[in-house]
Amino acid sequence: MIIYFMCFILFLVGLYGMVTRRNLIKIVISFTIMEFSIFLFFALIGYIDQGYAPILSQNVPEQATFVDPLPQAMVLTAIVIGLATSAMLLAIAIRLYKKYGTFNIRKINNLRG
Amino acid sequence: METLLTIILGFMIIGAIYALHAKDLLSAVIAQGIVGYGLVICFLHLSAPDLAIVQIVVETITLIIMVAVVLDSSREEIKSPPSWRSTINVVVGLVFIGFMLYFFDMATASLEPFGEHTLRMSQTYTQQGAAQTGAANLVTGVLWDFRAYDTLGEATILFTAALGVLTVLRMKGKK
Repeated sequence: MIIYFMCFILFLVGLYGMVTRRNLIKIVISFTIMEFSIFLFFALIGYIDQGYAPILSQNVPEQATFVDPLPQAMVLTAIVIGLATSAMLLAIAIRLYKKYGTFNIRKINNLRG
Repeated sequence: METLLTIILGFMIIGAIYALHAKDLLSAVIAQGIVGYGLVICFLHLSAPDLAIVQIVVETITLIIMVAVVLDSSREEIKSPPSWRSTINVVVGLVFIGFMLYFFDMATASLEPFGEHTLRMSQTYTQQGAAQTGAANLVTGVLWDFRAYDTLGEATILFTAALGVLTVLRMKGKK
């Protein structure tokens, strides 16, 4: 059970960074850390003790228990989507840096409503 | 198994905290690599080889993009004199973290302990997956056959994100 809590602490570290950091790159880093912790949580839930990786081959006995393949498939989808979103965030960060010359979100204040 | 994973997770947490507090942005990005590659090792121990392969590729690509972005900039972390505003941010963050931990404890009380997962829906996938899809790898069987619409949506998101990156990074455009 402790491992679920460690996983959630990793998520909270990312959340803390997202709330308190002012550097755009560090905000992107915290975002990816939060993503990673959620991927790990899904993989942890699907794990079964002494379970085989869900691949059928001659080396695997007939009545073997497999690890749950459903969370793995979902995480596989989510990892690729995470790559796409972080690439998008970094592209926006590059654009903002070219325009304002800083990553500080306090200095980028044209969006102030 | 659980202690090994806990130790790796502890290192990942230390790397994450260092990444958030590093003075140089380049070392922050490298420290984020600790978290990503630690995740690969965790996936390998959780017998998820597909995830480990994909995570290595994705982490490497993200690291390369981030290093390219950081090397193009001044690389310095923003130093700001401590103000009441940042103190309030930290305090609110810590209080919020306490609340989240409490609710996480409540939420995971109904969860099965680590390593004793019971297959519900995926019982069908593991038993009849090979016969119904013809895939030796059950994860790809789920991904490309049972849940192929998810994969279609994923491809759509990937394409849209690529279009978005191209649009944002295009040199021409309104000033």
